[in-house]
Amino acid sequence: MEKEELKSIIECLLFFSDKPLSIEKLAEIMENDNFDQIKEAVEDLQKEYELRNSGLQVLNIAQGYQICTRGEFSSWVRKLYKAQTTFQLSLPALETLSIIAYKQPVTRGEIEKIRGVDTSYVLRTLLEKKLIRISGRKKLPGRPILYATSQDFLRYFGLKDLSEIPSLEEIKPPASG
Amino acid sequence: MDSGTDYKVRLEVFEGPLDLLLHLVKKNELDIFNIPIAEITADYLNYIKLFRKLNLNFAGEFLVMASTLIHIKSRMLLPSIETVEEEELEDPRAALAARLMEYEKFKEAASILKEREAIQRDIYGRLPLIPQDEDYTIEATLFDLLDAFQKVVFRVEKEVREIIQEDIKVEDRIQEIMNLLENKRFINFETIFSGQRTKRLLIVTFLALLELIRLKMVFARQARPFGDIRIYKAKRELVA
Repeated sequence: MEKEELKSIIECLLFFSDKPLSIEKLAEIMENDNFDQIKEAVEDLQKEYELRNSGLQVLNIAQGYQICTRGEFSSWVRKLYKAQTTFQLSLPALETLSIIAYKQPVTRGEIEKIRGVDTSYVLRTLLEKKLIRISGRKKLPGRPILYATSQDFLRYFGLKDLSEIPSLEEIKPPASG
Repeated sequence: MDSGTDYKVRLEVFEGPLDLLLHLVKKNELDIFNIPIAEITADYLNYIKLFRKLNLNFAGEFLVMASTLIHIKSRMLLPSIETVEEEELEDPRAALAARLMEYEKFKEAASILKEREAIQRDIYGRLPLIPQDEDYTIEATLFDLLDAFQKVVFRVEKEVREIIQEDIKVEDRIQEIMNLLENKRFINFETIFSGQRTKRLLIVTFLALLELIRLKMVFARQARPFGDIRIYKAKRELVA
């Protein structure tokens, strides 16, 4: 397959898909198991979009790629698409998510020990929003449920994978020695 | 001036006792490892009193922390008799300081996530295209299904009192649900349970439905979170 043709097919797939496509998925669809070649083509595409100041961008999120609009133009998109609710996570939800992101898999008890407050309602909401998932049960009395972050978590925050969030050691509390 | 008291009350909302404590430490520019426990306890209790005065609901955890603080305070006031024990040598505030440090880190991590959320909110991807002609595009979660099922059970419980012994198999109900879906694209969740008068039958039907969902023979979808649920017959879906 010609490189240019490969790129065009990838562009077409990334444009059409409503979720990020991984290199493996692209390879499977195109029946081409040369992962390096595909990755190179995706990255070329990414650069092309950047270079010509496109209104679209090839995002690398949730271990995959997707063509999305650029943030600068969000106000225009919202004029066209009014139905979009400006949903925002609450502080307790963000706190709980960050604990799960760093400590996963983690039980409710472990989360509550850090937060110091009841977290059952927040966990339920996060499960409903599919930002977290149940990853199993801990081998402890009562077999408590273990929580972990989901693919949607990565998509929601625009993360390639979990390594993109700074490590706990890197996090410095603001304005304190 | 007897009138015109134009106070603007600004209440910071605290996520929990640790959040409040952290706020007090910051506000008074205290060293987290050397907290003047008597002062902070007084400060903390003042806040609890304020919550009460304002009739704010606050979680019991706030009181637990108050008692922890008072406990630490008393331990610091009393001279330890058995100084030999290693445990006694440890600063009673150490555990609290460690908790505060940890909590502060996650609070900061949460604010990093918040920034990312703000950036990402402005970026739009293509919306799901299939099914195009319907608003029912959200996959219903197990919680949604359980909620809907509970409603059905509740209704039936009120209606019926008689006892009927019946032997029903999940497999039979699977077949019946598929029959209901014949020549239809979807049926309402409630329809599946209509005409079923015993709890046993309802449960078997619900299990059959869950099995069908697991086997990906049907999909449970809703238009919005907590909305009505429709059961769709699986067609060829996008592979992605």
